[in-house]
Amino acid sequence: MTAPGEQPERAVRSYVITKGRARPSRNTINVDTLLVAADPGRPLPVTASREETALVRMCARLLSLAEAAAHLSLPVSLVKVVASDLVDSGHLAARSGIPEAAGPDTQLLQEVLDGLRRLR
Amino acid sequence: MGSAGSADRYLPDTVQQAVKILVVGAFGVGKTTLVGSVSEIEPLRTEEHITEASAGVDDLAGVGTKHTTTVAMDFGRITLNPRIALYLFGTPGQRRFWDLWEGLAEGALGVLALVDTRRIEDSFDVLEQLELRGLPFAVAVNEFPDSETYEIGEIRSALDLLDETPVVLCDARDPRSSVEALITLVQYVFERAARPAAPQEPAV
Repeated sequence: MTAPGEQPERAVRSYVITKGRARPSRNTINVDTLLVAADPGRPLPVTASREETALVRMCARLLSLAEAAAHLSLPVSLVKVVASDLVDSGHLAARSGIPEAAGPDTQLLQEVLDGLRRLR
Repeated sequence: MGSAGSADRYLPDTVQQAVKILVVGAFGVGKTTLVGSVSEIEPLRTEEHITEASAGVDDLAGVGTKHTTTVAMDFGRITLNPRIALYLFGTPGQRRFWDLWEGLAEGALGVLALVDTRRIEDSFDVLEQLELRGLPFAVAVNEFPDSETYEIGEIRSALDLLDETPVVLCDARDPRSSVEALITLVQYVFERAARPAAPQEPAV
């Protein structure tokens, strides 16, 4: 058991939080996956970990996985696993980036170009 | 650009699609500066744990030892339009982080490789890896105040780049200049995506 406020060793903790898994249950979860708490907000089970609760709370509005990890000071690899579970359980909704295989299409690239040119 | 408190840390709910660009380069080349100059949020830092094999004498016994290293990545965000947010990830260029690129590069639009002409040899390995891995990239030469001035052609030949690889001079501290470098990259990726796959024809 850990005393309140005590920071346990991170490497050990990550492993425990993710129930021993190093990889997320979904391979579509990446740093640029956009996350938002599912609507209507389903209550988390009482067994939810502190990290699950914190992530759902952090994603009260739309945020990328990388941002959520940074704000929570948690490693990206850990947040991928936790987020993936929460998407599976319906507590988080994910808006994914570009699928690995597909690659960006020209319409999307044109929109990105237009957006960048407006910053000139 | 602007700083972000917790109130405006979130994306507009209209955003449906995130895209990302990696900014790679040797240590101290200006990755974080470039990300920070164009980001609409205060650049954030993530940590990723990577496992790396120890090289050298450790392997003599035939038992490869591995240890975990933490790699920090700074990243920023630009909401390009109500539907699309662009993320820029500053990614270290050292050899031991190359495997990390694979995961990050999945679904990335492309890679902006930052080069410092004062230490141009630091970039050779990074650029070679980008070519080997087939990642679409453009080279941005970050001009430091004490950098000598070179012609693009000189830099191109010093870096031994493919003819199609774009090279642009930039000042990573200047948002407009950094945006131009990003435009150069995305324009290149767009042209690659738009051109029909070239049939394999034997040279005449």
